Amino acid sequence: MIDLNVNGRTHRVDADASTPLLYVLRDDLGLVAAKFGCGLGQCGACTVLVDDQPVFSCLTPIAALPGRVVTTVEGLGTVQHPGTVQKAFEIEQAAQCGYCIPGMIARAEALLRRTTTPSENEMRAAMSPSLCRCGTHMRILRAVRRAAKMRGGGVTDPSEPVA
Amino acid sequence: MRAPDRQDRTGTGFRRYRAVLVVVLVCVALFAGFLVFAHRAAIAEQAPPPRTAFSQAEIAHGATLARIGNCTSCHTAAGGRPFAGGVPIATQFGTLHGTNITPDPATGIGRWSERAFVRAMREGVARDGNHLYPAFPYDHFSGISDADLRALYAYLMTRTPVRADAPANRLIPPLGFRPLLAGWKLLFFRPARFTPDPQHDAQWNRGAYLGESLAHCSGCHSPRGALGNEQRDHPYGGGWAEGWYAPPLDASSPAVRAWTAERLYTYLRTGLSTTHAAAAGPMGEVARNLAQVPEADVRAIAAYYASGMAGARASHHEPPLADRKPAATKAEPEGAALFAGACAACHEPGAPMMVAGRPPLPLGSQFHEDNPRDLIQTILKGVSPPVGAKGPYMPAFDNTLSDRQIARIVAYLQTRYGSTHWRDLEKAVAKARKEGQP
Repeated sequence: MIDLNVNGRTHRVDADASTPLLYVLRDDLGLVAAKFGCGLGQCGACTVLVDDQPVFSCLTPIAALPGRVVTTVEGLGTVQHPGTVQKAFEIEQAAQCGYCIPGMIARAEALLRRTTTPSENEMRAAMSPSLCRCGTHMRILRAVRRAAKMRGGGVTDPSEPVA
Repeated sequence: MRAPDRQDRTGTGFRRYRAVLVVVLVCVALFAGFLVFAHRAAIAEQAPPPRTAFSQAEIAHGATLARIGNCTSCHTAAGGRPFAGGVPIATQFGTLHGTNITPDPATGIGRWSERAFVRAMREGVARDGNHLYPAFPYDHFSGISDADLRALYAYLMTRTPVRADAPANRLIPPLGFRPLLAGWKLLFFRPARFTPDPQHDAQWNRGAYLGESLAHCSGCHSPRGALGNEQRDHPYGGGWAEGWYAPPLDASSPAVRAWTAERLYTYLRTGLSTTHAAAAGPMGEVARNLAQVPEADVRAIAAYYASGMAGARASHHEPPLADRKPAATKAEPEGAALFAGACAACHEPGAPMMVAGRPPLPLGSQFHEDNPRDLIQTILKGVSPPVGAKGPYMPAFDNTLSDRQIARIVAYLQTRYGSTHWRDLEKAVAKARKEGQP
């Protein structure tokens, strides 16, 4: 049994220590925002926050997590009260198929927790580990720029202004 | 009896005063002499040369040479404009910043004559007469031929000028005082043009010329002394670069498969050797640059360094690969569980990545080096091509795993595959995180 702190609640999980966090989130805790994409840490669809840092939950064994704080997209807001990043993604209509979006949101959230005034390059570098097969990157970047602004900051040298 | 005594004392005091004065004057004179010795005259500014001053062939040749010289590693910042500088370079003496070598007249080298450029490359002296820090490898560049320097000049002077001042260096005092570098040069700098070795063929000599001068491989792969000087009596014995260990390229190479010229060529060209490992850390950019130069030059470099490693143990015997999985799991259960969750999806035999032709873990030189640094850095930072580029990829685990957890994985892997006995792994992980961060 391993205790996991997810979205502010402690869950006692009966799983092998080597089980990736993603499987526990989806199969044991019913938190299905994070997606299984490649299982190899290459696509970013499974990204969640651990202690405010973005991690690939498909490659994070739960043995690594006691004493640490896990946040998934479910922990950032609800349909009625979305978090800033979620709201910004909605306004910019950043999702097409949507499969990558929870990972994108988690990655953007991690960036904005570190700084609400990243440079354009810093933002792109922070988002780059997450892939989108539909090609909505420009909308996703718009959403991150908007979210930075909504949090009282803003991308310092945006390649396009927030409309 | 007292009078002479007093007189004596007064005399002694005067003599002491005089002695101190002499010492001070000698020091002042020596310091002045040193400043005269350290002085280099400025070379007059000139108007930036027009593109027509250079032939297309020279410019193209210069482009090749700049890639072989790996200029971008220090002169192009991540996400920055080419050759515009600003790259922080962590050294044991503080942080230096790669300078702007675009032909911008104000902040780059636009007003440098060819003579000023050649002097900088061969003598480590800027156009204005300031000594340059030996992080700029003029101790190697002094070997470059006249024609190649001219081509490099032609290439750099025809790049897009970028107006960008490099951030100020942050060095421990008094190293910001550049005349001191004249002393460093007196002790360690032995400029010499490359001379071919008639004992070897033309390809070997071409590789020796490129590797020793322009590519300055030994800048990372040789140990350095207390003053940052390369230890020329122990070349290629392994060195340190940007927080990574650059393994030996001599007979002490820890590789478990021989570095033949063919294997080395493939590694340098593609950043991946299926019998060794992927080029990680600073070596990644070296491989990406070498992917874009004439094949013959990379083959020559490979031939030269393969001959240097001909005496290594793998040349005589390529042992069967060890896999002590049950023993390792028993000895390091925590490391085994973490490995199974974080690493096995790619690295366990039969995993998709292995089927795709990635080298099996026990082939990695990281497991056989005399320190765990490269294995730790690979786990912390992963292996990543720059944004938008192709190349071998491994995610970074610096956010995912703690120092202790990485130490447990390293201990597990060492037991499972390694041939060395590293100690104090948790401290080694903490140190690896810190070093190489400017």
